[in-house]
Amino acid sequence: MGVGITVERLNAFYGKTQALFDININVLANHATALIGPSGCGKSTFIRCLNRMHETIPESRVEGNVRIGEFNVYNGTSATELRRRVGMVFQKPNPFPTMSIYDNVAAGLKLNGFRNRKKVDEVVEKSLRSSALFEEVKDSLHKKSGASLSGGQQQRLCIARALAVQPEVLLMDEPCSALDPISTGKIEELIFQLKEQYTIVIVTHNMQQAARVAEFTGFFLLGKMIEFDKTEKVFTNPSDKRTEDYVTGRFG
Amino acid sequence: MVRTRFQQQMEELREKLLRMGGMAELAVDRACQGYTERDLHRCQLVLENESLINAAEREIDELAFDILATQQPAAVDLRFILAVTKINADLERVGDQAVNIAERVMDMIELPSVDLPVDIARMATAVSAMVRRALESFVEGKAELAQAVLEMDHVVDRMRDEAFITLVRTMNEQPQNTQQALDALLVARNLERVADHATNISEDVIFWVLGADVRHHAGAANGPNNMTSVPAPRTESTGT
Amino acid sequence: MERDARTAREGLGLIMASAISVPNPTIIPPISWRRRTLDHVMTGVAILTVVIVLAPLVAIFGYLCYKGIGSINIAFLTQTPKPVGEVGGGMANAIVGSAFILAIASLMGVPMGIGAGIFLSEYGRNRYGDAVRFVSDVLNGVPSIVIGIVAYGLVVIRQKHFSALAGGVALAIMMVPTIARTTEQMLLLVPQAIREAAYGLGVSRWRTTLSITLRTATSGVITGVMLAFARVAGETAPLLFTAFGNQFWNLKPDQPTAALSLQIYTYALSPFDDWHRQAWAGSFVLIVLIVGAVAAVRYVVRRGRLAGA
Repeated sequence: MGVGITVERLNAFYGKTQALFDININVLANHATALIGPSGCGKSTFIRCLNRMHETIPESRVEGNVRIGEFNVYNGTSATELRRRVGMVFQKPNPFPTMSIYDNVAAGLKLNGFRNRKKVDEVVEKSLRSSALFEEVKDSLHKKSGASLSGGQQQRLCIARALAVQPEVLLMDEPCSALDPISTGKIEELIFQLKEQYTIVIVTHNMQQAARVAEFTGFFLLGKMIEFDKTEKVFTNPSDKRTEDYVTGRFG
Repeated sequence: MVRTRFQQQMEELREKLLRMGGMAELAVDRACQGYTERDLHRCQLVLENESLINAAEREIDELAFDILATQQPAAVDLRFILAVTKINADLERVGDQAVNIAERVMDMIELPSVDLPVDIARMATAVSAMVRRALESFVEGKAELAQAVLEMDHVVDRMRDEAFITLVRTMNEQPQNTQQALDALLVARNLERVADHATNISEDVIFWVLGADVRHHAGAANGPNNMTSVPAPRTESTGT
Repeated sequence: MERDARTAREGLGLIMASAISVPNPTIIPPISWRRRTLDHVMTGVAILTVVIVLAPLVAIFGYLCYKGIGSINIAFLTQTPKPVGEVGGGMANAIVGSAFILAIASLMGVPMGIGAGIFLSEYGRNRYGDAVRFVSDVLNGVPSIVIGIVAYGLVVIRQKHFSALAGGVALAIMMVPTIARTTEQMLLLVPQAIREAAYGLGVSRWRTTLSITLRTATSGVITGVMLAFARVAGETAPLLFTAFGNQFWNLKPDQPTAALSLQIYTYALSPFDDWHRQAWAGSFVLIVLIVGAVAAVRYVVRRGRLAGA
């Protein structure tokens, strides 16, 4: 089951440059929330603050409070522990190239000490089914490497890999931007189904995708969150003029 | 970012609708003048130009359809296009009503002139003003102007009710003038319909400008962010 | 022929363009005969340089085959050297001894080299890393005999006798810089996205480095290891006062041990024809074994790769 995310007064820095200014947001459990905005507006930075990937950049700093479920992300949970509960799918599919499909999906489990062969088999199959990839690869799970699949399949493999560790939240950073429309459609369909079990936050450049996929949409601009509301409202009658200008394509 | 093709299409849509609005307004005016001055020629002009109004309706719908399919308009632009398609339909009906009035007048002219105790001319003036103001509110993108039209509708409704009572009484008391009274009654009813369409147009303008659905007297004519007008579409570009 | 077709097409294109008379300010002129000739000449030069580079290799191998094959026989491969003056005998103990010393050297040098490489790529993008790189490069340039003397001082003097261990230490010291540098380069080639994918799964940094990053770079790292291995396999100077050589079989790490390179050195400098003959044979065997070892490792690595990896 998914959990909600609460962000309070979040500020993020790269060295001396401030990338996020006082973000406050409430993400509802078991819903899909989209984050839109022009390039460089901070939406990717924001999503990476949610699972502390932002810290992997040298000289980065975060202030503020983030709670995922009942866990305080920055106080009291280790980053690796947190990242097991918060899965991430990246813009460019990045399966482990030297591992088979099976090993890719099982990587999160095995590297965290979970070794029971039968259980791992079950989880791998379940994850691949959840990401609508199982039927396509079930005959070559151990024979083909992760990198030999097509782009859309690779991304679904990455989704399966993220799901295998059974997170509560799934963060997706422009997951479809490198994919063709058919693969994009499959993944959007996937998100629609995954919502029932996970909380999904998706960053996207494609406004129509945000409109299709998410119940809530947040508009970021220059590191601030300008508007956060139900998707229909943001796309039919946004409250802020800047949101309207972006959504109608007057800039961005 | 300048979406040139999109801007051009939206501008074209706006102009087409305004032109159609002008034609409809002119048709109503001509039909009413035909009534007050018993002018056959004006009525004929109304009948001749009806096909132009119908052709315009088709063109506007087609263009709106194209823009929706190819440009993925959102927010205010989307509301604008939806409003245009609805206003389009209302203007076409206004044209139809003008034709009805003109035909009624052409019948009336055959009959001897009779002095009826109703001031259809005053009603016609009011209705004409409503149509004009509704179109103005579209041109300017101002919700207050549209709101004013909504209020005028009550006045016109009252005028029509009074005309009905008076004319029915006339038909009872002066049965030799029944034909003319009936004609006048029907013209009053057509005028009231035109007023209704003008009201619809205003409601659509409010929907476009404020994003508020005030049809059937629902909701206040004040947008959620208290915007009461939008800039005319696409005459200026902001930002990159 | 392809070039002619291209020129013909370009000519046709020009004719068509001028027929349509569309103003085109950037018509590329057809390739002149001068450019074509230059193209041919440069291709020739490139081929020539390859030939020049390969020629010594081919010459060496060919000469070795010619001189050495005749002397290879069962006796050579299975017997120990005969006493001075006697004809016959072999280098069996030297073959095994070399393998033994190299095994000891690899056991020490490979983990240390890979470890250093990991440090440099994952944790050493800073001044400390630069210092380590500098030291590594310097060490790489130290003459092998100097390293032999150092090993002598460190190990032989302490143990009070020559040993295979000392030889292994010397060779290990020589292996480390090469392995460290190539490992670093190979690890740097692994895209950051792969590491991020692992972090995103909640895998700790050290675990990611070993199980994901290193694993992805495996074939490159192994290439680096084999490079270092091949280089030290033929070293003679460092073994002179460490392993020292031995007439007889020895598989104890704390005793002087025979090595192919040492044996070849000794025999080549001797006045005996028989020993000269055996030196050629030994050289041939040494090259074959090194090439064989590298090829075998590459084959095993390739077999372990998955379809499409």
